[in-house]
This record gives sequence, structure tokens and C-alpha cells, in this order.
Amino acid sequence: MAERTVLARLRTVLAGLLQGFERLGHGASAKIWRLGYAARFFAYLLLHSGTAFRRFGLTIREIYFTGVLSMTIILVSGLFVGMVLGLQGYDTLQRYGSSEALGVLVALSLVRELGPVVAGLLFASRAGSAITAEIGLMKATEQIAAMEMMAVDPIARVVAPRFWAGVISMPLLAALFSAMGIFGGYLVGVQLIGVDEGAFWSQMQASVDWREDVMNGVVKSVVFGVAVTWIAVFEGYDAPPTAEGVSGATTRTVVFSSLAILALDFVLTALMFTGGNAK
Amino acid sequence: MAGLPVVEIDKVSFGYDAARPVLQGVSLRVEPGSVVGIMGQSGCGKTTLLRLIAGWLKAGAGATRVLGESVGELDSEGLFALRRKMGMLFQFGALFTDMTVFDNVAFQMREHTDLPPELISDLVMMKLEAVGLRGAAQMMPAELSGGMARRVALARAVALDPRLMLYDEPFTGLDPISLGVIARLIRTLNDSLGQSSIVVSHDVEECFGIVDYVYFVSAGQIVAQGTPAELRGSAASFVQQFVRGEADGPIPFHYPAPGYQADLDGEETQSSSLATAQACHG
Repeated sequence: MAERTVLARLRTVLAGLLQGFERLGHGASAKIWRLGYAARFFAYLLLHSGTAFRRFGLTIREIYFTGVLSMTIILVSGLFVGMVLGLQGYDTLQRYGSSEALGVLVALSLVRELGPVVAGLLFASRAGSAITAEIGLMKATEQIAAMEMMAVDPIARVVAPRFWAGVISMPLLAALFSAMGIFGGYLVGVQLIGVDEGAFWSQMQASVDWREDVMNGVVKSVVFGVAVTWIAVFEGYDAPPTAEGVSGATTRTVVFSSLAILALDFVLTALMFTGGNAK
Repeated sequence: MAGLPVVEIDKVSFGYDAARPVLQGVSLRVEPGSVVGIMGQSGCGKTTLLRLIAGWLKAGAGATRVLGESVGELDSEGLFALRRKMGMLFQFGALFTDMTVFDNVAFQMREHTDLPPELISDLVMMKLEAVGLRGAAQMMPAELSGGMARRVALARAVALDPRLMLYDEPFTGLDPISLGVIARLIRTLNDSLGQSSIVVSHDVEECFGIVDYVYFVSAGQIVAQGTPAELRGSAASFVQQFVRGEADGPIPFHYPAPGYQADLDGEETQSSSLATAQACHG
């Protein structure tokens, strides 16, 4: 009798374990399937981007919404980040008697890292979430279906112009962020604290390399632009057509984009600034 | 009504998964120039049928021929070419909210033709005049009432003079005046533009007033068909229940459930057991 009870319990435990594994496997395969779907979506998007360039007005309109309307937050954030860099940088540099190098520190920090990364994170929150919500709501209100019914490919007409607008806007926003940040560092370092103006600018000019620093920063911001906008348009297009569906998709855009920016930044930095000699 | 049928569905079955068939062995025809109603209660498979005709879904079995094309065998380009000959009015209009009424109606003309802007403007105004909304051309969709939005969507759907019009619940959520206007427009546009139309609806009176032939769908099958006059006189219990709007009949009022008495004072449900257990521990 006792053996039977033990066997029955064992069976229950095994069945529970099996169910757990099944759920895990199902969850994992669903995630992988979605990743594959996102990759196919990206390939289809690239192949059907002709409209976004032939009728560039459509892309320009989206550049206004994603780029121009993001400028306020980018410029204000850039200014404050630069001002904080100026204060913190001066505090550290003056301990070693090299406060004239403040311009270099501010410029390199911004151009190499903070410009692309912080602008990317802000872009994901401001423009990425808006793109996802807009496409998701278009789907929920059957506007995407109506377009398909009118024999117009919504990926070519709606998604591609938004994608390319994001890819074009992101490096420009990162450049503006860096420029504003350098100005903020100048305001605090030179105008407020009194670092020598000539040293501030000349050391910056001498130490910031166009290809190594500026172009690598531009490459980073382009990569972040592709990642954020791809995630944003895919999440919007794949959002369940309900209020919860669109809200969940918007949240996923911000979370996944931010994580993607941070992870890609590490990979790109490792590739760019170690010269391939990291040990 | 001579000539080949505009839509011919032959023994079509469809299900999102094998365990839950939505349509089973459905056959129907739409003759040129006619307005055909597909009626049935919510969730019976009417909209699925419309989506099969529009090529959004592919039938698991059977044949779907629309305007001479076998929809299930078309690739995406073929499907887009077919859809240029079709128009669809969505349940809530589905107007592009970032465009004016004018731009909404002009959308297809700009996408599919190389017509000069002046000609497009004239055509748009003609379509808007047909639905009585020429004066609203510069308004945004958010500024329109439900009935007006539906009329603009109708003007947009017929912008390129489609041969087949699909109407998905065109009367839902409209006041009686707008409802009558939309119903008359469906019939008038069908006859004046030489179209054929399929109206999916559960609004018996309005639908019977404009259609030539009706198919009743229930649980994924055609359970009755005929002209509105024939169906009004039908003795079939399903038709009678639907036409008279009776709560109970072949379509049960109650969703399947265990015994009422058992739920009231018999065994507790899982959630109530949990609530009781929590209350005891609390």
C-alpha cells in the first residue's frame, strides 16, 4: 500500500517536471521563432525600402516626427550632461594639475560614448516608443488591414519610411547631443570655473582624432539607430491589436532598445578602441 | 445576372487550428451586379468568410474563386493585383487618422495611378459628393461622427471603382439616420457603378432591405439561404429565431455550463475555495 502511494507521488512529481520542461521548451521555441520572424521582417523591410527613397517626402515627414521633434530633449539633455562632465572632470583633473585637459575629457567622453549611447537611449524612449505606438494603433484600428486591402504594402508605405527616418535621424541627434554637451562643458569649465579657454579648445583639437574618435562615434550612432528603429517598427507591427497589446509592445521597445544599445556599445567599443589587440 | 459568378466558394473549410473549425463545407455564389448578405450571430464565421474572399486567410479545403482567380493559389503580387479590383468597408471605417478626408479618398489614386493632381482632386470631390461629404474634405477623421467616418470610408473604398465591394458589419454602432444613409448608399453605389457586393451583417431589417440574396451562417455552416422574401416566410427555426430576434431557439441563450444548482449551493469553484482558504488563514 505504502509502495503504491510512493509510486503515485513519484508519478505526480515526474508529470509536474515534464510539464515544467514542456513549458520551458515551448517558451524558448516561441522566443526563437519570434527572433526569426523579426529577422525575416527586417530582410523584407530592407528589400521593400524602395518607396522610402523614391518618394523621399514620406521619409522627410517621418524625420520631422522622429528627429526634429526629439531635438528638445536631446539638446537639453546634452547640455546638462556636458555641464556635469565639466564639473566632475574638473574636480578629478585639478587633483593631478591637468585641468587644461578638461576639453579633451569632455569631448572624448561625449564623442566616443555618451553622445551615441545617451542620445540612443533618449531616442528609444522618445521616438522609438512613439513609432511602436503609432504602428500598433494603426494595426488595432485596422488601418494596416485597410492599406493591404487597397493593394498597398504597409511595410513599404508605413514601416520603411519610419525605419529610414530613424536611421537618418539618430546620428544627427547624437552629433547634436555631443555638440551641446561640449558647449555645456565649456560653459562650466571655462566660463564658470575659469579653465583657460585657449587650452580647453586647442587640447581638444589636438587630441580628438577625426577617424578614431568622431567617425567611430558616428558608426555607433548609426548602428544604434538601426537597432532601435528596427525594434520599434517590429514591435509595433507585431503588437496584438488591443490596448494591452500596444502598451506591452511600447514597453518592450524601450526595454529591448535600451538593452540592445548597451550591449552593442560594449561590442563596438571592444572592436573599435582596442585596435583588435585586446588580450 | 448573366455571366460567371463574381465570387464562387465551393465546399470551403477553415480553422485556426485542427481542433476548432471555424468554417465547414461552406459553398456560396455572388452573381454579377447583385448584393449578397451573409448573416449570422457574432462569432459564427462571417468575417472569416470575408477574409477568405479578400485573401487574408487561405482555406484548409475547398475552392475560393474571386473575379475568376483562385485566391488560395495567388502569390502576394497576384493577391495585390486582385485587390485592386476589390474594395472593402471596414467595421469602423479604418480611416488613416493622420490624413484629411480628402487625402484618405485620394490615397489609392495617388498610390496606384499617375493621374495629375487636378484630376485626382476632381475625382475625390465626385466621390465625396456621392456620399454627401464634399464639404468635409479638409476635415480630419477625428473631427467626424461615426456615420460620417463610415461614409468617407465608403468613398475611399470605391475610389477606383472596384468590381467587388466587401462590407464588414457596415451598420454597427450607427444611429438610425446614418444607418439608413449607409444602407441606401451601398445599394445605390452597387447599381450605379455596376459592382457586386457582399454585406456581412447581423442587422436583419437594414440588410434585408438592400440585398438580393442572403446566406445564413451558423457554427461555420450555411444553414439557410434565399431571397429576403423567401427567408421572411421560412419556417426554419434558426431563421425565425434570427429574423425575430428571439433570445432562445436553435441558438441557445446560455453558454454551456455545469448545473445551475451545483454552482449556487453545490461544490465550490476553485477560485471561491482559494478565497475561503485565504480568509481562514487571514
